[in-house]
Amino acid sequence: MTTWPILSVTTFLPLVGALIVYLSRGDDEAARRNSRWIALWTTLITFAVSVILVMRFDASNADFQFVEKANWLATGITYHMGVDGISLPLVILTTAIMPFCIIASWKSITNRVREYMMAFLILETLMIGTFSALDLVLFYLFFEGGLIPMFLIIGVWGGPRRVYASFKFFLYTLLGSVLMLLAIMALYWNGGTTDIPTLMHTAVPRSLQTWAWLAFFASFAVKMPMWPVHTWLPDAHVEAPTAGSVVLAAILLKMGGYGFLRFSLPMFPLASHDFAPLIFTLSAIAIIYTSLVALMQEDMKKLIAYSSVAHMGFVTMGIFAGTMQGVAGGVFQMISHGIVSGALFLCVGIVYDRMHTRDIAAYGGLVNRMPLYALTFMVFTMANVGLPGTSGFVGEFMTLLGTFKVSIPTAFFATFGVILSACYALWLYRKVVFGALVKPSLASMKDLTFRECLTLFPLIALTILFGIYPKPVLDMSAASVQQLVNNYNTAVTAVKAAALLQ
Amino acid sequence: MVQAIVFLPLLGAILAGLIALFGAHARNPSGDTVEHHDDHGHGDAHAAAAHDDHGHDDHGHDDHAHDDHGPVEPAAAGSRGAELITTAFLFVSAALSWMTLVDVGFMHHDMRIPLLPWILSGDLQVYWTLRVDTLTAVMLVVVTTVSSLVHLYSIGYMDEDPNRPRFFGYLSLFTFAMLMLVTADNLVQLFFGWEGVGLASYLLIGFWYQKPSANAAAIKAFVVNRVGDFGFALGIFAIFVLAGSTDFETIFHAAPGLTGKTIDFLGWHADALTLTCLLLFMGAMGKSAQFLLHTWLPDAMEGPTPVSALIHAATMVTAGVFMVARLSPLFELAPNAQAVVMFFGATTAFFAATIGLVQNDIKRIVAYSTCSQLGYMFVAMGAGAYSVGMFHLFTHAFFKALLFLGSGSVIYAMHHEQDIRNMGGLWRKIPYTYAVMVVGTLALTGFPLTAGYFSKDAIIEAAYASHNPFAIYGFLMTVVAAGLTSFYSWRLIFKTFHGEPHDDHHYEAAHEAPIWMLIPIGVLAVGSILAGFPFKELFAGHGIEEFFRESVKMNPHIIEEMHHIPETIALLPTVMMVLGFLVSYLFYIRRPYLPVELANTQPMLYKFLLNKWYFDELYEIIFVRPAKWIGYQLWKKGDGFIIDGLGPDGISARVLDVTRNVVKIQTGYLYHYAFAMLIGAAGLITWFMFGFGGQ
Repeated sequence: MTTWPILSVTTFLPLVGALIVYLSRGDDEAARRNSRWIALWTTLITFAVSVILVMRFDASNADFQFVEKANWLATGITYHMGVDGISLPLVILTTAIMPFCIIASWKSITNRVREYMMAFLILETLMIGTFSALDLVLFYLFFEGGLIPMFLIIGVWGGPRRVYASFKFFLYTLLGSVLMLLAIMALYWNGGTTDIPTLMHTAVPRSLQTWAWLAFFASFAVKMPMWPVHTWLPDAHVEAPTAGSVVLAAILLKMGGYGFLRFSLPMFPLASHDFAPLIFTLSAIAIIYTSLVALMQEDMKKLIAYSSVAHMGFVTMGIFAGTMQGVAGGVFQMISHGIVSGALFLCVGIVYDRMHTRDIAAYGGLVNRMPLYALTFMVFTMANVGLPGTSGFVGEFMTLLGTFKVSIPTAFFATFGVILSACYALWLYRKVVFGALVKPSLASMKDLTFRECLTLFPLIALTILFGIYPKPVLDMSAASVQQLVNNYNTAVTAVKAAALLQ
Repeated sequence: MVQAIVFLPLLGAILAGLIALFGAHARNPSGDTVEHHDDHGHGDAHAAAAHDDHGHDDHGHDDHAHDDHGPVEPAAAGSRGAELITTAFLFVSAALSWMTLVDVGFMHHDMRIPLLPWILSGDLQVYWTLRVDTLTAVMLVVVTTVSSLVHLYSIGYMDEDPNRPRFFGYLSLFTFAMLMLVTADNLVQLFFGWEGVGLASYLLIGFWYQKPSANAAAIKAFVVNRVGDFGFALGIFAIFVLAGSTDFETIFHAAPGLTGKTIDFLGWHADALTLTCLLLFMGAMGKSAQFLLHTWLPDAMEGPTPVSALIHAATMVTAGVFMVARLSPLFELAPNAQAVVMFFGATTAFFAATIGLVQNDIKRIVAYSTCSQLGYMFVAMGAGAYSVGMFHLFTHAFFKALLFLGSGSVIYAMHHEQDIRNMGGLWRKIPYTYAVMVVGTLALTGFPLTAGYFSKDAIIEAAYASHNPFAIYGFLMTVVAAGLTSFYSWRLIFKTFHGEPHDDHHYEAAHEAPIWMLIPIGVLAVGSILAGFPFKELFAGHGIEEFFRESVKMNPHIIEEMHHIPETIALLPTVMMVLGFLVSYLFYIRRPYLPVELANTQPMLYKFLLNKWYFDELYEIIFVRPAKWIGYQLWKKGDGFIIDGLGPDGISARVLDVTRNVVKIQTGYLYHYAFAMLIGAAGLITWFMFGFGGQ
């Protein structure tokens, strides 16, 4: 079907862009401008190429498409790429969000612009690679490699406590990744290959399933992040530059969910089934706990970071429910959260660029001077709250529904998130946007510029479009999710039947 | 036609919204630089601060701050355009709705119009569909009629507000959401409308966003409604698990087969249908401000008065009643749930009426009255007399919107004074408003042959005739509440329009409202009289079967039994009404010192009622403060002390110790070590794999 390696092109185009930025030497204003434009065009072209993926994608086919395979390291380790209905939405999300990140950094980043743009472009390659790698080693390289540019982005262009934050970020993820590496090796010994599609159809002994599941869980739970390994996220968000927060919230957090869908559920169905109650408990705790914590935050970014943890709780809960709506809802929630939380961080960045503080108490009454901003922020606040008609609702509703089928208590407690999210999100909006404009420092605030509108309005359109007509995303993932759910249920019922016979 | 009814308001909302947005943007320039210490900016800020202060010390009533400010800014460009567009669309929509009612109610042309697929995933198949049967058609008429009149009224009422396009945009947006709610063909779309009206209500309560009290009330309304929605959402999940669908038709078909099933709900083996109905009813309690979840409604009076009339009297708050009527095939199969419905309805009817007795804010009296009347409707629902409840919903929409808009007219005349203690003798100044308010009061109290008389008496009869375990309770509460209603309604009239003026300054300046406002209240006054008798047979008589057909599933015997209750019982509400009037007349016209003495001799009771049974204080102690406290503890102790202390900070402290004591390599930055660790680990593994692969 494909005549050229379209997936590899999508993956490595940003790297080429980074190379061009690297080659254009100099650190004067002209060079900075050049690197910005190069980065923007690279991300735009990458997005355009990824749109070809969507057009050529056969949604009724549950298997991997655009597959590329080449010998790489040794026997069994190949350069194997491909996407299915679960990974393609995430690839598109990545390529779609990146241009916004570049535009959002246009003016706020003034030192080391070249390096900054290179870091982002390399990060993009690594993220797309993570979602499209079909070989464990390749996946691992992309997955862990993504840490480095992110670590640099926080550590170099971050806020005052960036060293602490980046270190914390690193320490957490490193812990998980070492364990995952062991599991990957174990899988290799067991199956003799690191090819993911092959491994998905290789039976893994029960005991190994348990250990491998736990090892993968350690890595993905940190990435997600799940309670109680979430505390790196608020710090990382607070210290990261705006675009860094956007990427972190919109895409990096999705790697954990993707990992669960790609590895835990298909490769270790029995362990997944055994551990589902654990996931349910952690998810429900995450939703209630972090929502309550979000209520008391004084920093805008921290509040949104905590709400991200809560929303990711819906994803993990839905995925491990193992029902069609749960898993499809999890995928949708990841996309929706990518758009909404990314946009919320952009919103914070806009006022941060003007006032250089994220203190909620420093704001108030912005609506008096910034009506466009107020509208934009309102849309995303409501999407964050999960108002029907925004994309936030569809994901939350489906995951809760899917979970209710298998675990009523989990769904019951998770639904408290519906109340609490309204509390913290509306409280934030009221403190920042509503009220009389009395603070003298805010009196000369100006409304969104054209550049800022350019970053936010497309996201508004997507949020509402997917809230009213989520079919494009749901259809894209439906076949693959159906297959995943069927395989999972078959495996679980087979074991249950066997247990009954004994 | 139905599409036009539903989507014209949306179109109006979008157009008005765009006008508002362009106007606001024109006044507030773009720019990403902030000039600090700018003189002009300071001037602005001081001006804003001054306005704010002024708004606060003015008369101690904080509503309508915009008016106290004087003309702060000029009206947005295109205000008139936005008003006319939205109002015109709404009138078209209303005209079409009446045609639809005739078409559907009498010609029996029920409709289901599929629009778009919405959420399709596995066996979950949710479509955007417009469904019109008689129940919906009645609601369409109520919503669009009141909404179009309120739009018209607002042109006059809001004429001094600079943000009119935004206001009309919100009003139309609300109408759209409400229409989506009543035309829903499945529970999820109902939920869409449900939350959509919640959003519009939030925006409209907080319309004057410079007032802290308005913002607080807006959030309270949204959050309390969300508590109800918590139950609603769980109810939807439960019904989906039971029936495999969220479509009404499928659910109703499956419902008879679900009796006797149980759900294991948190260790409690509950009857499936009862549980589902109770969860769904929780949503209705939130939206319709029933006992325990009522606290947001009085606070919602912070919004502009036309909003109170449209949203918090005639339409949105009746959504809960509509929902129960819509789901009547489920509730009919769950008698225990019906008992709960009746209990809460009856309690609310009584409880809200008692608070209404002593309130002094004209809008809050009417708000508590709304709360109480909603309780009546739920009593009918609990009795299985769904059409009777709908009847009261229908008549109530007219007379309660009239009372609110009439109050608005009084407030307008008194220059935004809302305390009835500062009024008096106004009938000479604003006779037209006085006349329509009296009509509204007569209808509300159930004066014979007015609209409220037919519907309210029917409810009380239904409560008496029903076989609900709480039937007698419901009957007694509604009868007592009828007396209380009469008392506080006449108290409002007497204190506002009769007696001596208490505020000469405002009294002298009082004047009748402009024609924009008088026409709508006139129409509603006519409706308050005529909405009763002609519709009596259709809603509460022998025409029900023919009119409603399958759209509601009535208790099969209730109408028959209602017609066979003793004469004395049937007369009781009217007796109570007269009694209430007489006491009120005695208290506020003949012996005005009596209420003061009563309040002094019964200070406990008076305080208890005046403070609304202390619900706000109670919730503050039970929910709000603990939630904040727990949140703070979890943040500081949970995240900060335990997780971070044992996790990264603890480890990093150890690492620091180690690095301090061992060799001091290179930079000493911790992250360099971490970095080296990762590279090292990756290298090691690559080597490992290579080695293995090579074997």
